[in-house]
Amino acid sequence: MAELNIRERQAGDITVLDMDGRITIGEGSVALRSAVRRLLEEGKKNILLNLAGVGYIDSSGIGELVSSYTAIKNQEGQLKLLSLTEKLRDLLTITKLLTVFDAYETEADALSSFT
Amino acid sequence: MTEQTTRLVLPSHIEAVGDVDAAVTHVVQRCGIGEAAAFGIDIAVREAVTNAMVHGNQEDETKSVEILFNCLGNALEIEVRDQGEGFDPSRVPDPTDPVNILKTSGRGIFLMRSFMDEVEWSLRPEGGSTVRMVKKY
Repeated sequence: MAELNIRERQAGDITVLDMDGRITIGEGSVALRSAVRRLLEEGKKNILLNLAGVGYIDSSGIGELVSSYTAIKNQEGQLKLLSLTEKLRDLLTITKLLTVFDAYETEADALSSFT
Repeated sequence: MTEQTTRLVLPSHIEAVGDVDAAVTHVVQRCGIGEAAAFGIDIAVREAVTNAMVHGNQEDETKSVEILFNCLGNALEIEVRDQGEGFDPSRVPDPTDPVNILKTSGRGIFLMRSFMDEVEWSLRPEGGSTVRMVKKY
C-alpha cells in the first residue's frame, strides 16, 4: 500500500489534490513532490491541497509542503491548504507555518480565495 | 512500578523509520501514556531516528540505530544511539525565525524540543552519539 495516495481533479482553473495517507520522509514526500512538479510542467499553477485524509506529517513532509509552496510561488502561482486535521494544524502552528500558508476549512472558501 | 525497557535496532535506511511507530505505540500503551502525549512522542522519536540515520550514520546501511525506551513510572525516557561523530545542537538555526521559515529542512530538532520535556545530546566513550529525550506524564 502506498504511503500517500493522491487523486487529482479540476475545479475551474484550480487543481485540487485530494491526499490520503502520510506525508513523511521517503515515499510520501516523494509522491507530493512528483505530483506538484508534474502539475507545474503542465502549466497548472493554482493548486489546492486537500489534507483531510492526511493524519500524519513529519519534518520532511513539512519541508515538502514548503518546497511546493516556493516552487509554485516562483512560477507566479498559488498553493493553498484545505481541511487540516487537528494534528497537522498543531504542527503547522508550532512551526509558525500557518503564518505562511493560507488554510481553509471548506472547499468553497478555499476555491474562492484564489486570485 | 518497576522500570521497563524496550529496545529496537534498525538499519540506517529511511524506509526503516516507519518501524518506529509500532514500537512507540506499544511503549505508550504499556506506560499508560495518553493519546495527546503519544502523538508528540511518536513525532520526536521519528525525528531523532531520522537524524540518526541520515546525519549520524550517513545512511550507511552497515551502521545501525539503537532505540531504547524506558518507562520510569512518571516519565518515559528514550535514547536514540547512532554511530556518528555527533554535532553541536546549539548551532542548529531556529526554523521559526523569519529568515529560515521557508527553508525546506531543519525542523526535526525543533519538533523534538517542542514535544519532549528534556532533550540532550552526548558522545559515548566507545564512540557514537546519543540523544536522550524524556517525556513526563
